[in-house]
Amino acid sequence: MTARSLFIPLTLLLVLAFLIGPFLIIVAASFSAGETLNFPPQGFSLRWILKVFTVESFRASFGMSLFLAIGGTAAALVLGIPASYALSRYKLPGAEIVRTVVSAPIIVPGIIVGLALLRYIVVPFQVGITAALFLAHTALVLPYAVRVVSASLDNLRSDIEEAAVLLGSSRLGAFFRVVMPNIRGGILSAFILGFVTSFNQVPVSLFLSGPGVRTLPIDMIAYMEIVFDPSVAALSSLLAFLSIGIVFAAERFLGFSRYV
Amino acid sequence: MSDAPYLSLEKLTLAYGDTVAVADLDLGIRKGELIALLGPSGCGKTTTMRAIAGLLPVKSGHVRLDGADITRVPANKRAVGLVFQSYALFPHLSVYENVAFGLKLKGMRGTELDAKVQAGIKSVGLSSFANRKPAELSGGQQQRVALARSMVMEPKVLLLDEPLSNLDARLRLEMRTELQRVQKETGVTMIFVTHDQAEALALADRIVVMKGGAIEQIGSPEDIYSRPVSSFVADFVGFENIFPLEQGRLKTSGGLIELPGQAPSAAGLAWRPRMVTLGSGPFRGTVRGTSFAGDSREYLLDTPFGPIKAEVEASQPAHALGADLSFDLPAEKAAPLARFA
Ligand SMILES: Nc1ncnc2c1ncn2[C@@H]1O[C@H](COP(=O)(O)OP(=O)(O)OP(=O)(O)O)[C@@H](O)[C@H]1O
Ligand SMILES: [Mg+2]
Repeated sequence: MTARSLFIPLTLLLVLAFLIGPFLIIVAASFSAGETLNFPPQGFSLRWILKVFTVESFRASFGMSLFLAIGGTAAALVLGIPASYALSRYKLPGAEIVRTVVSAPIIVPGIIVGLALLRYIVVPFQVGITAALFLAHTALVLPYAVRVVSASLDNLRSDIEEAAVLLGSSRLGAFFRVVMPNIRGGILSAFILGFVTSFNQVPVSLFLSGPGVRTLPIDMIAYMEIVFDPSVAALSSLLAFLSIGIVFAAERFLGFSRYV
Repeated sequence: MSDAPYLSLEKLTLAYGDTVAVADLDLGIRKGELIALLGPSGCGKTTTMRAIAGLLPVKSGHVRLDGADITRVPANKRAVGLVFQSYALFPHLSVYENVAFGLKLKGMRGTELDAKVQAGIKSVGLSSFANRKPAELSGGQQQRVALARSMVMEPKVLLLDEPLSNLDARLRLEMRTELQRVQKETGVTMIFVTHDQAEALALADRIVVMKGGAIEQIGSPEDIYSRPVSSFVADFVGFENIFPLEQGRLKTSGGLIELPGQAPSAAGLAWRPRMVTLGSGPFRGTVRGTSFAGDSREYLLDTPFGPIKAEVEASQPAHALGADLSFDLPAEKAAPLARFA
């Protein structure tokens, strides 16, 4: 073998190691029997995995993260579906600008979004912490919702709505009777993508979390600052497997990757 | 039977923004008529159909149907059916549910609904496909579902936008017969759009030829086929030798040529290739090309008139390329054109 023909496989291997390596290390560390987060792990035990379920603040912040991920994504879809529909079906003046603005949070770093929300909305209007987090997560997920739903709308010919209207349906009725059922897969995909995005979100939540109200990732960071045991690794592993499971199921049943 | 039109378009003007697509169109259609809208791409056929259906707002003028002015009536209240070129079936619904869609919206339920849907599906021969989804049907079958879905609504007018253009030649013929049968059985007033003059001639009671957003000629298939009013219509229905007249003489690329006999008083004359006499006559031409079409043979001649297309029975002896032939453009056979271009 020449050096040249080895180059590509080697690069691939390095990239894979770089991508998956840290994940494998975390997983290995969660099964450690030792007292501190270490690699290679000392011994094998399930004690840290089990401990995760007993930490009170993890439970509360997991609940908050779940609420934000489900509620924020649902809110983003309620706003995003009509927006995508309008963008794809009507030649509105400035539609391109709206599209760009709506997808801005994908481009703008979360830390800026978080700071801006804090400085110009939360503080001046005295928005409560939970409400602020909810707003922020809705705004963060909205671009994904619009993108994914738009993609599935673009795959759907608009003449079926006209056909429905000519068969006696109102415009709005046509939307619910023939558009919604045909973009169900896209909506579910958007929901999953939004859920995962919201759940893993750190920078925005970092700015907006306050006393007693935290999302799970923020809580994990706070926990690590005080205790340096493998339970955070264990929690990370659990979350990672949860995400993988959701995405895998989505791909399996919905053809998730078609929309993203 | 009264002569007042069932559907009438009066000074209908339709536009996309500032671009006028159809201008001042007048058309009256009797109840139960089968009308073909014929014309080149972009002449406004779809635009006109969409306005009749209520999918496109009317800029000015009126649409009247069954004695009522429906110009401002919304599309879902018009009782006008439209079969789309793309069929526009609902992908998430079965054949049965597609056909039942409009009836359910009318509030029909239970056995009445079921009987009607079954009859509709049966009338297009798809009873054994009732539970299939549109994606599991062939193009022709999808077209039938679209037809049944519109027909069960018992529309006052059924519009069909190039209903056959997505089908292969054999299916086209089959669906043509199907359309004719449905129309005769139900007596529904039908307007269908087509690019294909043969289809229009075979199906329609009357043909409307459109050009650039206006009507060029309305007439029976015989009128359109034999008596085109303009060079445009003549060209569209297969006259291939078309010349303007100037002071009784043909204006050709080879100069003004006088035809023997009486000088006709028209703006132009047109001959189908079949109408050209080959092998005798006062003019001479050279064979530049030939093509065999089964029961006939076509010749392209180089002549003092410029290129001339002639067609003769295939049983006649063939002429070779380069052969010098006499021919005639008999004035009495020509279609006189009232308008040129
Ligand atoms: N949505 C639209 N926006 C702007 N102009 C349009 C639109 N649809 C059609 N037009 C224009 O209106 C004119 C008539 O179009 P129309 O679709 O009615 O033609 P058509 O006769 O149906 O042609 P074809 O045989 O190709 O279907 C064309 O010049 C076309 O460019
Ligand atoms: Mg068209």
